Amino acid sequence: MLNPSELSPTSKEFDHKPLVSLRSVSKIFSNGTVALKDMSFDIAQGEFVSLLGPSGCGKTTVLRIIAGLGDTTSGSVEWPDAAPDAAARQRHELGFVFQEPTLMPWATVFSNVWLPLRLNRVSRGAARDRVMDALNMVGLEKVADSYPRQLSGGMKMRVSIARALITRPKLLLMDEPFAALDEITRFKLNDDLLNLWKKFGWTVVFVTHSVFESVYLSKRIVVMAARPGRVVEELEIDAPSPRGEGFRTSAQYNEYCRRTSNALHEAINATAGNQ
Amino acid sequence: MSARESEKRIGEGATSIEDQLPLPPPKVSFGERFAQIFVPAAMLVLLIGIWHFYVTFNDVPHYILPSPLLVAQSLYNDWPVLFRALQVTVEITFSALALALVGSVAVAIIMSQWRLAELAIFPYAVILQVTPIVAIAPLIIIYAPTTHAALLICAFLVAFFPILSNTIQGLRSTDHNLLNLFELYGANRLQTLALLKIPNALPYFLAGLRIAGGLALIAAVVAEFVAGSAGADSGLAFRLLESQYRLLIPRLYAALLLLSLTGVVIFFATSLISHLLLRKWHESAVRREN
Repeated sequence: MLNPSELSPTSKEFDHKPLVSLRSVSKIFSNGTVALKDMSFDIAQGEFVSLLGPSGCGKTTVLRIIAGLGDTTSGSVEWPDAAPDAAARQRHELGFVFQEPTLMPWATVFSNVWLPLRLNRVSRGAARDRVMDALNMVGLEKVADSYPRQLSGGMKMRVSIARALITRPKLLLMDEPFAALDEITRFKLNDDLLNLWKKFGWTVVFVTHSVFESVYLSKRIVVMAARPGRVVEELEIDAPSPRGEGFRTSAQYNEYCRRTSNALHEAINATAGNQ
Repeated sequence: MSARESEKRIGEGATSIEDQLPLPPPKVSFGERFAQIFVPAAMLVLLIGIWHFYVTFNDVPHYILPSPLLVAQSLYNDWPVLFRALQVTVEITFSALALALVGSVAVAIIMSQWRLAELAIFPYAVILQVTPIVAIAPLIIIYAPTTHAALLICAFLVAFFPILSNTIQGLRSTDHNLLNLFELYGANRLQTLALLKIPNALPYFLAGLRIAGGLALIAAVVAEFVAGSAGADSGLAFRLLESQYRLLIPRLYAALLLLSLTGVVIFFATSLISHLLLRKWHESAVRREN
């Protein structure tokens, strides 16, 4: 059925060579807004990195640029291990989870998850096992034949995650995926996400505006300031896995939250001072 | 959704998967079904009754307002003539609708795929639409080879635009994140069109089809008023005018009744198609329960 070694790109949890690195990336929109200015940071293999910052700091833009959904104005995105055909490589090895579930309302849960394979000309029958495996991972195999409107917000988000996992990506890009959910569902999905990450060892870039969520999930937090979007601080969260309820209530967690919160306030002040 | 159900959905993190299974669609009670049929039927009987007694008690001459019985009698006696006319009108309306459907969807897809085509075509489609059909009909009658063809062209022109503009709107209003997703997974243009843009445009297209269905019938009638055809090939509109000239008012009412029924059938047919295609996923086809 599901072979973890097929899903995890590397058995070593951290590789010194970064999976992807941004080199002084700037992005100026056609209306003159400077979305990003001189962004540079690396993402290592197997890392869980959060991008944390106030709204309008270009977090989403960074994700889109990594995904190849928008061009940079200057600077570059480098994939040290990239195959010659970078576009093909990205397609197969990237998963993207949007802020909204972004499901096709006219298609069943099964068809929504099948989509990435279908676009690569994998037939329904050939995809069946992999689709059901992906739905299994997020605990939704029983609603395969339902339509998105029959599901709750949290379930829709799980479908969206299953769809991102179906191509067995090396890099999972998540754009505030749980922002619209209630806290109970959000905690549950945070735990599920950490478990899957632990099990399959992908690299995750997670955009959020929640200090608590970023500390809970990440190995590293990249704090960004707005106007223009830039990196102001990077924090290592050196807490052991697996993290659970114990970590969420620990003094260590509180200390990390306090430090991250301070860094975020500085970022917001830096933004205000700039205006 | 009741408060308890919504609690259940929100609290899904704590409950088992069985609790998360989608709810079955709400059932329509027998009482409501009965009311849905009985109330309009009773209303119809009441109105015909009032009409009948008004005519009988006031001795209204039948060339002013015939009684419902006379209308029914005329419907029966003139059935061969009326039925032939009905066939002609229905044939024109549905051919026009079918042509408009195929043509407008093809044009909408071409316009959505090539910006240049949109720039070239759209303004003229609008001009064609805003010019009253009655005003162009005499010209069409001059240029068309037969009256029948002229009526068909008129009905087609009227039905074409609502489907075109709605379908284009639907093709354009695709969710940007879904477009990004398709791009991310390397979908080609054909895949994006077939798997994303066309399904997304379906509810818009169907709304256009419902409007176009009614308009095609109106245009077929109006064009025949203008064309004034006669003989075996004349439709219900001509029979209407003829009955008026000859003071056959019961027959006029009978023709009118057939026209209304045709309109009702078109409305229900397009609504049914729409319901069948959308019932599983679109909000418009789902019963709301609060």
